[in-house]
Amino acid sequence: MAITREDVLHVAALARLELTEDEIVRLTEQLSDILAAVGKVSELDLSDVPPTSHPLAVVNVLRPDEPSPSLPLEDVFANAPDREGEFFRVPPTGATEESSA
Amino acid sequence: MLDTLRLTAEEAQGLLERGEVSGGELRDAYRAAIEARDEELHCFLTLVDGDDNDGVPIALKDVISTKGVRTTAGSKILDDYVPVFDSTVASRCKAAGLQLLGKTNTDEFAMGSSTENSAYGPSRNPWDPERVPGGSGGGSAAAVAAGLAPWALGSDTGGSIKQPAALCGNVGLRPTYGTVSRYGIVAFASSLDQVGPVTKTVRDNALLYGIISGRDEYDSTTVDVPAVELPDAQDLKGLRVGIPRELNEAEGIEPGVTVAVRRAIDLCSELGADVGECELPRSVEYGLACYYLIAPAEASSNLARYDGVRYGLRVPADNYYEMVARTRDAGFGAEPKRRIMLGTYALSAGYYEAYYGQAQKVRTVISREFADAFERFDVLLSPTSPTVAFRIGEKAENPLAMYLADVLTIPPNMAGLPGMSIPCGLSEGLPVGLQLIGAQFSENMLFRTGHALEQAIGFDTVPERLR
Amino acid sequence: MPEWEPVIGLEIHVQLKTRTKMFCGCVPGFGGEPNTRTCPVCLAFPGALPVPNETAVEWTIKLGHALNCRIAEHAVFHRKNYFYPDNPKGYQISQYDEPLCVDGSFVVPGPKGDSEVGIVRAHLEEDAAKTIHLGGATGRIVGAAHSDVDFNRGGTPLVEIVTQPDIRSADQAKRFLQLLRQTIVELGVSDAEMEKGTLRADANVSVREVAETGYRTRTELKNMNSFNHIARGIDAELRRQTEVWESGGEVVQETLDYEVKSDTVTPRRRKEEADDYRYFPEPDLVPLEPDWDLVDRLRAELPELPGARIRRFEHQYGLSYYDAEVLNGSAALAALYEQVALDGVDAKAVSNVLMNEFSATGVDPGTVDGTELGKVIAARSTIPREAFMRALAESGDPEFKADTYLGETLVDDASELEPLIDRILAANPGQVASYKGGKQGLLGFFVGQVMKETEGKADPKVVNELLRTKLS
Repeated sequence: MAITREDVLHVAALARLELTEDEIVRLTEQLSDILAAVGKVSELDLSDVPPTSHPLAVVNVLRPDEPSPSLPLEDVFANAPDREGEFFRVPPTGATEESSA
Repeated sequence: MLDTLRLTAEEAQGLLERGEVSGGELRDAYRAAIEARDEELHCFLTLVDGDDNDGVPIALKDVISTKGVRTTAGSKILDDYVPVFDSTVASRCKAAGLQLLGKTNTDEFAMGSSTENSAYGPSRNPWDPERVPGGSGGGSAAAVAAGLAPWALGSDTGGSIKQPAALCGNVGLRPTYGTVSRYGIVAFASSLDQVGPVTKTVRDNALLYGIISGRDEYDSTTVDVPAVELPDAQDLKGLRVGIPRELNEAEGIEPGVTVAVRRAIDLCSELGADVGECELPRSVEYGLACYYLIAPAEASSNLARYDGVRYGLRVPADNYYEMVARTRDAGFGAEPKRRIMLGTYALSAGYYEAYYGQAQKVRTVISREFADAFERFDVLLSPTSPTVAFRIGEKAENPLAMYLADVLTIPPNMAGLPGMSIPCGLSEGLPVGLQLIGAQFSENMLFRTGHALEQAIGFDTVPERLR
Repeated sequence: MPEWEPVIGLEIHVQLKTRTKMFCGCVPGFGGEPNTRTCPVCLAFPGALPVPNETAVEWTIKLGHALNCRIAEHAVFHRKNYFYPDNPKGYQISQYDEPLCVDGSFVVPGPKGDSEVGIVRAHLEEDAAKTIHLGGATGRIVGAAHSDVDFNRGGTPLVEIVTQPDIRSADQAKRFLQLLRQTIVELGVSDAEMEKGTLRADANVSVREVAETGYRTRTELKNMNSFNHIARGIDAELRRQTEVWESGGEVVQETLDYEVKSDTVTPRRRKEEADDYRYFPEPDLVPLEPDWDLVDRLRAELPELPGARIRRFEHQYGLSYYDAEVLNGSAALAALYEQVALDGVDAKAVSNVLMNEFSATGVDPGTVDGTELGKVIAARSTIPREAFMRALAESGDPEFKADTYLGETLVDDASELEPLIDRILAANPGQVASYKGGKQGLLGFFVGQVMKETEGKADPKVVNELLRTKLS
């Protein structure tokens, strides 16, 4: 299954990877080869087969609604690239929505 | 004088208990070995000068979070990342008194079969430093083989414990999915990742598995585990051994590997096992394709958190989206990028059913084929790796060729099955690994079988050039 | 011009007030210093894993029961993948095609009868963190110089409820949300306050001609932070869409924000890439198969819900819809009403007093002994008004007893009142003349004066009679 340059750019945007021109060219070729190989799975007629999402047949693993200690701030920010007071600072999104949820 | 090349963890434990050696002396001995050999082998990314523990030293693959100790996952994107919490397996090792020697090299984000994808340079095989130690956990396997650590922990997704064990001539266990906690393990593919022991002997392996395994309240995919039985039987009486045709005759298996594995299978009969043939008609043929859809898909999602916001590398930019995209392009190497792209594509609108959705069904087919085989057999045998250790650089430019290294380890992984690799001989002077596959939760059977075979084979785990 | 019919569906998010977050043991909650309620899990540190909150699952089932949903036998969590600063894992754990609750309905009583709104589903997910956009010229999100992120809210359990497009007016949407809100509050699973963001609602709006089957293109309306805004926003969008169709244009699928000041809707700036969320089952979480005994117990434990209670009050006590609605403003008020009415006090009288004089006192109905209050209400025309009002104001006291106030009786003895009335009439000759000249309304003035003199203790009926007699 040949993947086009446009496909690669679209997927790179979804994955938030700013690829160099070299990478785009190389990936277009490599991904085409790999997709051809993995596309083999569609040779099988599996319309009656249920998918497996978990290797073990386990259900209902839950935890009681009991608090546990949160991290102290120095741990929260121990590896932070840009800390501003008690916040993680990032460059602006320039979008119009407040919350994504 | 402690001979770290030969000392097993069990022996070291005995020395400590009898007061014949102190924890400090043990640590010094391994540090001396590291000093002597690691510049060449490059097993370690970070060394720890000492911690509060005094027990048997251990090395941990650098995807295992260790509180206060740098954890890079073999990537530049986590170059200076120091976790503020311990993974569950690291805390269990600590609680057992083990002292941390350091963090071992790995293919970046555990993606690879040679450790050549590490952003910090490859590790080298102690049997022949021009060759790879296998991957992704090459650092741990090479460290144990070269006497730089008595034992180590690795992680296995497509074969990253088993295959390096085969290439380095030691014992690696990939446990049943769900028996060892993944909390704190830098995630690659969540439904496949498992942490496991890398050791010189099967008994050491059982000991370490006993320390790390068991349900964890922080990982809701873990379950209770049967108590570990340390093996000591020397025979295999009553054991039903299955030889799956496709796993033993797959394309690309070197003749020398076949010979060594065949000898091990014959030994099983001599030790009293009932040996028979079975088939896994589609598991081997479609296993690789299935894995290389599911694992990258899960990985593409698991690696989304590396965005430069809360930890790790950040490349500055004027807006958030550019910052994220540049950070990820600069911080990830070629293999993670390739897999992220592949995985994102496999999940994307219009392609999900044909790729990811279909692969999940193939996974069911594979589980069923193995389940059928385990109706008639207790353990299945095959080579672990189709080849012995290959040269550094030989497959690095060809992703698909590299992926084929996992063709034999992947099928049981897809079914969540435990698998152990033990050295069963040499080919061209390099170790050959025998893969033992069991049904879910059959670790004790694997320990028993592996131990008996190990005793009968009598493989010398010290690389010839280091003796 | 054709007649247009609104077609409205709502997407509602309810933040559950569990003690801990959805997938970790951090305590969520309003306020608190930023980033002090976080841990490796809700900060998405490498290797962190989610473990679901048992109570959140149970409360979602309770909510599903209140919405008459079928509880799924097998429910699954999915990952919804996208990048945003408030989404630290780069995916939100949510539910996709196997949610916990499906196929329900919610009845909203109304003045012209009940209306039923279909519920497509209710599922469980985690809330995003909070991003504050700072430093730009306008102080608004667009043009900000940076964004600061606080992960305290991230990971709080959210239930998302999606309705069928069964709502036919902005007012109906508002009443639906108000009753839903009250139902949620009475279930005890959330405070559901729009101002605090513990209840959020977006509307999917389209119109069609009255006889038309099928649906036209719909738009998504967001950023409405109160029930009134929702009604006005929907109305504004209905107007806009009708104009578009009537002028020969076509409504385009887009997301719009409601702007309060101008009472208009404005489209959001289109993102460069429409997000493909690439849903797949969450591999870190095993499926949910709710225990059937638990599901049955949760259903049996449901209290009588406000919607049903309103209808029952209408029938059982012969109240109008409006009165029934007001009396059901809270579970406590409704309970107080019932206690008094069931003691035999006239249903309409109780209703009037509770809705008017009692409500004005601000006393919490939950603190009132209904039996004692009932006695006061029964005696309302035989005791001085001042005493009656005082009784109501003090009805919340733990020691409240009707006898305290019933002891006072009205003065109805003419021999006592006559001299007083004579004095007042003599003191106000001008008003007397006006009254006799035709301004009958001035009777009220004289009654008021008598009440003032007697500190409210005169029997108004007797005063009235005496005044009429003397002024004729």
